[in-house]
Amino acid sequence: MPDTTPVSAPAAEARPGSVKPDPILVVDSVRRTFGGLTAVDVEHLEVQRGIITGLIGPNGAGKTTFFNLITGFDSGGSGRFTFDGTDASGLPAHRIARLGMVRTFQLTKALRKMTVLDNMKLAATGQRGERFLDALAAWRWRSQEAEVEDRARGLLDRFRLGHMADEYAGTLSGGQRKLLEMARALMVEPQLLLLDEPMAGVNPALVESLLEHVVELPKTGTSVLFIEHDMDVVMSVSDWVVCMAEGCVISEGPPDAVRSDEAVIDAYLGTRHGQTRAQAEAGGQSTEAEEPA
Amino acid sequence: MDIVDILIGAARASVGVQAAAFALAAIGLNVHYGYTGLLNFGHVGFMLLGAYGTAVTVHHGGSLWLGILVGILAAVAFGIILGLPTLRLRYDYLAIVTIAAAEILRLGARSPSAEPLTRGVFGIQQFADSFYDLNPLARGRYGWGDFAFSHRVLWVMLVGWGLVALATALVWLLTRSPWGRVLRAVREDEDAARSLGKNAFWFKLQSLVVGGVIGSLAGTLLAVDTQSVNPDTYQAVITFFAYTVLILGGPATRLGPVAGAIVFWFLLQFTALFLTEAIAVGWISESLLSRQEVSAVRFALVGLGLMLLVIFRPQGIFGRRQEMLVDA
Repeated sequence: MPDTTPVSAPAAEARPGSVKPDPILVVDSVRRTFGGLTAVDVEHLEVQRGIITGLIGPNGAGKTTFFNLITGFDSGGSGRFTFDGTDASGLPAHRIARLGMVRTFQLTKALRKMTVLDNMKLAATGQRGERFLDALAAWRWRSQEAEVEDRARGLLDRFRLGHMADEYAGTLSGGQRKLLEMARALMVEPQLLLLDEPMAGVNPALVESLLEHVVELPKTGTSVLFIEHDMDVVMSVSDWVVCMAEGCVISEGPPDAVRSDEAVIDAYLGTRHGQTRAQAEAGGQSTEAEEPA
Repeated sequence: MDIVDILIGAARASVGVQAAAFALAAIGLNVHYGYTGLLNFGHVGFMLLGAYGTAVTVHHGGSLWLGILVGILAAVAFGIILGLPTLRLRYDYLAIVTIAAAEILRLGARSPSAEPLTRGVFGIQQFADSFYDLNPLARGRYGWGDFAFSHRVLWVMLVGWGLVALATALVWLLTRSPWGRVLRAVREDEDAARSLGKNAFWFKLQSLVVGGVIGSLAGTLLAVDTQSVNPDTYQAVITFFAYTVLILGGPATRLGPVAGAIVFWFLLQFTALFLTEAIAVGWISESLLSRQEVSAVRFALVGLGLMLLVIFRPQGIFGRRQEMLVDA
């Protein structure tokens, strides 16, 4: 298994909305409703810098909607959030990415008709050649382009995609696309990387190597917040785990604490799990009367 | 029936001013559709603005050069007006709005209330004399045998293909740069581009304006060639010819629009001449197909050819097959 030693030990209280020593992301009353349904309703959440935070919760808990809200992809929510001390609420997605909070997608978005290397080079920020008039004058961006390419090839080698650099991204396997998307996000040099189910649809052999990359990230200055359904993965990689259910943060703490939290177990398995029939009947909660005999 | 005459006639069309103008229009459309994935179904609107910008300015006392500038500025404004409300929405909104906007321009230019400006259905003629005054070629015919052009036609052809070369070079410079890389990323997946800090909206707007300006030059060229503008020239079908040329040559390729235009006009003219000849020598009976119907039937045949092309070579003449395959 990958090395799970936290870079800086979390020293926060294990309760929803607790205050963290050095928060990189602070979320306040972020709410999103679709008609009568409240998809996300996060009162207060702080994500600590320099660690890996796992975000778990049953299907429909609002995890991806929460990602969409704090990355500017869904502008229909209310509330405020600050990233690295900057108020980022209401900013468009590309501005939030430039602040240093970069996301990946549950369904990978490899740019298929571009080469793997072009996928990577695209993601570099502050490129002079992206301005219209400078684009026409190759000498204004050529040296920067060479630097970008060096960095891109370095990252591709790190993610074992170096040999695919000149292939179309559309020819990559599902797992390789996940790797590419993560490597591409790192080209932005994010301070906080948001990974939406990075292991989904990846074969077990590749999961191990993906995890190694994730675990390395805090050591190179990138904090991680990731959504994942595989509990083994979450518990082994995360320094801190946040659990959402029905739009709210119901629990947070070190992996072991969250795993044994009654509220989390209830959210996943339903409130009546583990009760004997006698207990349920004694509590007056029996539904047997409604069931057909 | 003389097949050589038919081939020469078709070859003349394939290097003619019309072919150059459609190459230019398709280069503009290539920026929109090929590189950025913008479904602009109102390209003819940009062409109309180029043509009318020139004609109206000269008609009201301006110089031809000022007129061309007015055409370009009108295309810039049109691109911004179309883009601002639609480019934040899904791609199909742009398609709907552009096709309607181009029709609005045509009907507007045609309307009686616009007559003081555009002369309505009468159109404007003889506004490009100062262009022909600049002709450096001596009087006479240039070429070999039947494949020859008057000094006047050749002058427009030279300028037209010169513009095609310039536009091709411009698009080549733009698309090999990081700017062009962002356009392609927006085409592939706009959300991915945004998640990496690219302002997709701004790049789409730039693309719409750049391609639109190139399209407006195509309109100017057509107008200068015929020395005439008339609103009914600028029907939606012109846009679809431009798409045909682009898909024939291969979208998102550098020389595709040029090759597409040459091949398109060759085939169109070849079919027309061949059918006319075939009727004349009695291969096709007049009762089956009259001479008047030839111009309609040739489009049907060219359409058939296009269907075959899309089935057997979907990437176009210059397109990369591998790029089509990764689309799955």
